[in-house]
Amino acid sequence: MDETLNAGPARVQIHLSARAAGAGSRPAEKVTGAAQSTSHDGWREELAKATHEVFEIMVGTSLTSPAEESSPFVADFAAMVGIAGNLCGLVGLHTSSECARKIAARMLGTEELGAGEDAQDAFGEVCNMIAGSFKARIAGLADGCALSVPTVICGRDFTLFSLAKGEHYQVMFSFEGKPFSVTLDLHG
Amino acid sequence: MKPARVLIVDDSSVMRKIVGRSLRQAGLEILEVLEASNGSEALTLVKENSLDLILSDINMPLMDGLEFVRQLRRIESAKHIPVIMITTEAGEAHVVQALSLGASGYIRKPFTPEQIKERVIPLIGG
Repeated sequence: MDETLNAGPARVQIHLSARAAGAGSRPAEKVTGAAQSTSHDGWREELAKATHEVFEIMVGTSLTSPAEESSPFVADFAAMVGIAGNLCGLVGLHTSSECARKIAARMLGTEELGAGEDAQDAFGEVCNMIAGSFKARIAGLADGCALSVPTVICGRDFTLFSLAKGEHYQVMFSFEGKPFSVTLDLHG
Repeated sequence: MKPARVLIVDDSSVMRKIVGRSLRQAGLEILEVLEASNGSEALTLVKENSLDLILSDINMPLMDGLEFVRQLRRIESAKHIPVIMITTEAGEAHVVQALSLGASGYIRKPFTPEQIKERVIPLIGG
């Protein structure tokens, strides 16, 4: 099944190719520390600062850099929040379902969390807060942009194609030894 | 300070739990916490309960937090209830709009229990 999702007010189209998951199915998303364009000086750093702030305050954990930044990992848990207004784009959070459950458990102050709505809910909120914190850090964006409600995609067999055709920023982190990435895709 | 009956409005059940926990960590004595996932549900609970405090998100489906406050202030029995907006939308324009519609305060996500305490305690007579 091929679908085109329109991410609400952000007007960011995501091409989502979903197939029935199962043995031998193609893993969804291989995330690497690929290079990104940097025409907005400092935005990658501000995205990193926003992520650190959210994790320190709401998750109660200090993030570290992954041991080997270029190592790819399969992300079967993704959250996205659209930005619309003076800046149009998409903030994404990508990790494994195991890592997403751990993040949700820390937010809720519990040891373990099963696969369920709480993990999706928490992961979406983390992405939402990162997007909000990021735009609050960039002059002209706090009042000049609106955020969409978060969208969360779970599963091992999907591929995201951003049609933004603009700049792409990515920051890799390690949460309790598990890798995850935060991305910002801008409309060209 | 008498124990408070609090309404938390957020489309995220995780955030509702975290806000409730933060209120307790802030030292607020709570009689009851009511929860709603959007402004429409919240208005129903407002009409059915006597509340001391409302904390509301802004970005929610069906009815957002700004529309909720606008309609809340038209209800005679609810005009006095303090409403604090808790949201990722931290721009000055959002703050001004929320306050002009009748919100009593504003907290940006992410937030600490100390920030909750600073905003909430003065509003409910602590």
